[in-house]
Amino acid sequence: MALLDYFLRKKEKQVTTASKAKERLQIIVAHERNSRNKQPDYLPQLTEDILAVLRKYIHVSDESFSINLDNKDGDLNVLELNIELHEEKNTE
Amino acid sequence: MARIIVVTSGKGGVGKTTSSAAVGLGLALKGHKVVLIDFDIGLRNLDLIMGCERRVVYDFVNVINGEATLNQALIKDKRVSSLSILPASQTRDKDALNKENVGKVLEELGESYDFIVCDSPAGIEAGAMMALYYADEAIVTTNPEVSSVRDSDRILGMLASRSRRAELGLEPIKEHLLLTRYSPKRVEEGEMLSVEDVEDILSIPLLGVIPESQAVLKASNAGEPVILDTESDAGKAYQDVVDRLLGETVEFRFLVAEKKGIFSRMFGG
Repeated sequence: MALLDYFLRKKEKQVTTASKAKERLQIIVAHERNSRNKQPDYLPQLTEDILAVLRKYIHVSDESFSINLDNKDGDLNVLELNIELHEEKNTE
Repeated sequence: MARIIVVTSGKGGVGKTTSSAAVGLGLALKGHKVVLIDFDIGLRNLDLIMGCERRVVYDFVNVINGEATLNQALIKDKRVSSLSILPASQTRDKDALNKENVGKVLEELGESYDFIVCDSPAGIEAGAMMALYYADEAIVTTNPEVSSVRDSDRILGMLASRSRRAELGLEPIKEHLLLTRYSPKRVEEGEMLSVEDVEDILSIPLLGVIPESQAVLKASNAGEPVILDTESDAGKAYQDVVDRLLGETVEFRFLVAEKKGIFSRMFGG
């Protein structure tokens, strides 16, 4: 039956090692890219809170405000706030 | 303005120096003024691949420290007069390089060369970061193999965040994928990642595919960059890479295994 085995084995499509490699790489690379660009969970809430405090004193539009958490050299996190202050007309 | 091209990979032993030498020489053969810089401080090897190891007098670190002028340190290639090599130092402290002094050297070179090709050390340490910092373009050298592909992705992350272009918010570094040591036969047998697989994972434009070739070892044995072996598959593939870098559209070759004819099958060709 060796001959039959030979033909049967040829027929069933085996999962090649190359396709395993591709699958594993796609998963790990996606995971590592995610952690590279990941912003912490608290960032949206922090943004809201900071904006709320600022707006108690000055007018800040959404466009003139940006917040960014950057990872420098792997061990230094920098929280960067950019607020554009427009000269407000004196209404008094 | 010179085009600054870094040949990088993350992983070691994938063919950065072989590729730097081939691409640098190829561009020079096309009449461009090219300088090849070895950034692998402490592990100089570009000189060997280029066949000028016995002509090294001064090196990159000597220039940085002001112990030699650029002209004293640059080695003119004996085959192509428009090509120069700036060797890495063999013994010095690798922390000798910093953004400021490397920037000065590149600026000075940029005045008289069309292309500055930076051969990066392996890894993601200071040396590799220095090599990519000023780059306009990056040739990400990758083997169709899991660890190399993963490391290439890491390097892509570095190019996008740690380069001068990233820090200044300029147009990002132009990335090119160079797949080396490619074996179409093993790909067809399902034993090796295909060009399409690697393109899928890294999603950067393909610059070239260099087939696994005996010509590469012969070339480094002789100190003659493989692009000079115009009969070899690897030499031809590097030639295509150079043409593409210069903006030509060249069809990809050596992507399918050579079919053996009935005679060579029977008699072992």
